[in-house]
Amino acid sequence: MTIVEDPTTAVAIPARPDQARVARRERLRLLLRSPTFVIGCVLFGAWVVCALFGPVIAPQDPQFPDVLNKLAPPSSEHLFGSDRLGRDVLSRVIVGARSVLIIAPLATLLGTVVGTAVGLVCGYYGGLVDEVIMRLVDAILAIPVIITALLAVVALGPSRRTLIVVIGFLFTPIIAKTVRAAVLGEAQLEYVQAARLRNERSPYVMFAEILPNVMGPVIVEFTVRLGYAIFAVATLSFLGFGADPSIPDWGHDISENYQFINGGVWWAVLFPSLAIATLIVGINLIADAIAQTFDR
Amino acid sequence: MNEPAIQLEDLEVVYRVRGVDRNVLRGVSLTIGEGESYGLVGESGCGKTTAAFAIMRALPRNGRVISGSIRVNGEDLLGMGQAGVRKLRATTLSMVYQNPAAALNPTIRVGAQVGEVFELMGFEKKDALERARLILAKVQISDPARVMRRYPHQLSGGMQQRVVIAMALAKDPTLLILDEPTTGLDATVEAEVLDLIAALRQEFGTSVLFISHNLAVIAKMCEQVGVLYAGRVVEEGPADQVFRDPRHPYTVGLLRCIPRGGVRKDETPLDTIPGFLPRMGAEIEGCVFAPRCGLVQEICRQEEPRLYPIGNGRTSRCHFHEQAHLVPRTSPAQLVAPRHGNGTAILTLEHAGKTYRQEGQDVHALSDITLAIRPGEILGLVGESGSGKTTLARVLLGLTSPDAGSLLELEGTPLAPRVQRRSDEQVRAVQVVFQNPDSALNRRFSVRRIIGRALFKLRGLRGRQRDERARDLASSVRFDESLLAVRPSQLSGGLKQRVAIARAFAGDPKVVLCDEPTSALDVSVQAAILNLLAELQSEQGVTYLFISHDLGVVRYISDRIAVLYLGRLMELGDAETVFNPPHHPYTEALLSAVPTLGGEERPRIRLEGEVPSAAEPPSGCVFHTRCPRYLGPICEEEEPPLQEAEPGHFKRCHIPIDELRTLQATPPPTRIQSKTTS
Repeated sequence: MTIVEDPTTAVAIPARPDQARVARRERLRLLLRSPTFVIGCVLFGAWVVCALFGPVIAPQDPQFPDVLNKLAPPSSEHLFGSDRLGRDVLSRVIVGARSVLIIAPLATLLGTVVGTAVGLVCGYYGGLVDEVIMRLVDAILAIPVIITALLAVVALGPSRRTLIVVIGFLFTPIIAKTVRAAVLGEAQLEYVQAARLRNERSPYVMFAEILPNVMGPVIVEFTVRLGYAIFAVATLSFLGFGADPSIPDWGHDISENYQFINGGVWWAVLFPSLAIATLIVGINLIADAIAQTFDR
Repeated sequence: MNEPAIQLEDLEVVYRVRGVDRNVLRGVSLTIGEGESYGLVGESGCGKTTAAFAIMRALPRNGRVISGSIRVNGEDLLGMGQAGVRKLRATTLSMVYQNPAAALNPTIRVGAQVGEVFELMGFEKKDALERARLILAKVQISDPARVMRRYPHQLSGGMQQRVVIAMALAKDPTLLILDEPTTGLDATVEAEVLDLIAALRQEFGTSVLFISHNLAVIAKMCEQVGVLYAGRVVEEGPADQVFRDPRHPYTVGLLRCIPRGGVRKDETPLDTIPGFLPRMGAEIEGCVFAPRCGLVQEICRQEEPRLYPIGNGRTSRCHFHEQAHLVPRTSPAQLVAPRHGNGTAILTLEHAGKTYRQEGQDVHALSDITLAIRPGEILGLVGESGSGKTTLARVLLGLTSPDAGSLLELEGTPLAPRVQRRSDEQVRAVQVVFQNPDSALNRRFSVRRIIGRALFKLRGLRGRQRDERARDLASSVRFDESLLAVRPSQLSGGLKQRVAIARAFAGDPKVVLCDEPTSALDVSVQAAILNLLAELQSEQGVTYLFISHDLGVVRYISDRIAVLYLGRLMELGDAETVFNPPHHPYTEALLSAVPTLGGEERPRIRLEGEVPSAAEPPSGCVFHTRCPRYLGPICEEEEPPLQEAEPGHFKRCHIPIDELRTLQATPPPTRIQSKTTS
């Protein structure tokens, strides 16, 4: 088998050429064996299915107001009950997955890509460049996320694109910091100097030589941030700054119905909340499992 | 009769890796008598440290003793409960690890840390501190009170190791296990620590298990020696006899790998041990060494040799122990006499200096270095850590800019201080082989990509041409073509270093800087790499600047040698000139510090004090604070120039060369202590 993970063997035996692939498969196998990962995948996967095929799976039209059955408790007709306009909560929860699962991953991806680039530049160049960018980053980090997001959404008008850009921008500094720390360690290594000694251009050194070696932290950071992004999206739409009020959305549904909780109408709030919670928990479980395999 | 301090019998240890038990120790038996010093040698991966951990009952979580016994003072260690083991560790067993910086807690002051050992033994806090002070004085720390107030990182490596030894000796243990205690230290410091251990052993009468890959150190320190190979003791006996007349092919091979006794590359290529150590847990039938043995017969593959007694208390696990010395040499043919250049320098440095700004102080890492490297020569560069060896290499490579006023020239044309400013031709001409191939090779790239990229950048080769050239390069460094698709992490240390060498040669360089290229490798691998470097050099006529702290290696491979101290060139001359008296006093001390295998014991010259800080170099001659041949005030007041004492032999010393010749016929007098503290 591979000798890669045997800390005790000092002398490696010339390996089979397909060893790298074997090592990757080994990592995957470890992941699949971890219950954390599997449970996370089930939770996350269920919501992805809902996001992709929501309208097909949903038992009813999520927009249809059943005026005779407003705020009806869970029953065989409305498994999760109905909301203040008589819309089926179950269908809204299923269809609502789409909006959050479009905005949050795209926003996180944007933040990760930009943040990784910034982190690479800071860690690689160091000196004044690093100093200036990092102080800017600190400044951005000092601003509360939601307030900034609110301002931006108000200024730019609510739309999916605005939300993606705003949340992505707000996540950039944190990711930049993590990546920078990893790059700092990496840039000390002699392969980076060897690259400079054949006059490689800096972008090549950063993106072709260093980046593959810091992908572990980048992936871990992406999964962790994804959870936060979902939270941010839900919060914004709860506050009424969601992308489009006409599309079913968990945060928005909670804000529309929470005033009725005192009247004993718990279902219209509980089920969207549970949806958010399970999605975030699922993602965090996946993030944990991935972080563990990279730490090994 | 007294019980032996420690007795291992048929000890088998396995590590469980991914659900499978893998043998690491395969029936190790050894006995260390009271007050005896036993050396365990072998290359990395042979199980030396595992044996030590087994004795300490501190195997890693996946490690387990499956059979055999360990007796400490006659007590069965393996049958003991946790409480008993803890008591034993607190009173009888002590261990000193390789890396003192990691063995000390960085957040606790030295005094408290040493005191803690005594507190564990039941002393009051005040008493404990007082005892800590005494034991620190015992390990020859001159101002224990001051050292006790410091944090470990504020001490030098040698001092740290002294503190660790003090802690180990605090409980007056029966058995002291030293696991590569001097491996990370400079030669002069190593010599001092070894002297200290020897003196303390006399005083305390402690039994010692000394683990090292350095045969010369074992020869100096131990009475008995055991040679460990693949988890089995293959030869055992009194150290001097084993090293003089080895009776196992592995021991023979190990001894032949080491450059010593003034052997030089153009006279005798080093012998190597072909093949690889069997993998941990490999099923072995017959003799463990059979696959790599030059004397192997059918019986060796089938029948495990028993321990043959061969007189004088010696044993050998070889069916043919009487013929062990007949192991055929494996090394390649004699080298073609390296062609030396016509004298015009290929690389010159003039008045090169490098000053770092550190915490508001100027640190002079290099100062006024003038050096001409001749085409086709190997220039060895030696000096203790902090002497500026690596800075010099970085300046030549263009990774660090020298101070203004420094002049660099490559074949007569000025060389820009930064590599980015150099022409493609110049970039190609100066390449490097780093010390640690693990960090010098991108672990995400395949070997083909690593070499291919260098060929593309330096030679502009693409496509098939590049692949062909990559294969040629691989075969010229004896790297199997079928491994080109593999990533570095799947290769052994020696193979990795071959890849790094292939990369350095991708652009047909004129000068290759070798920065300690073999110090991370085992001796047998080191020998193979040294042979390879020497071969490549004589074939292609490249020039090397060979940096190493191992004087034997430098002497073996270099044509000329430059000695650095505190960023200054102290001596420069032909290898044999530098290694034979008259030397510069610093070189003399350096040479005397190195333990040798051949018994050509030089009188030890102790260097007083520590290497001064480069931020505040001493006045006059920078070496005057430690110089064993200190002349008088002139050394403190005036920096001697680097002058040509005899043709081709430069040195920086006030003492005329003829006087040095007479002086060095006898060991130097002891310096008056007050000089060193001023």
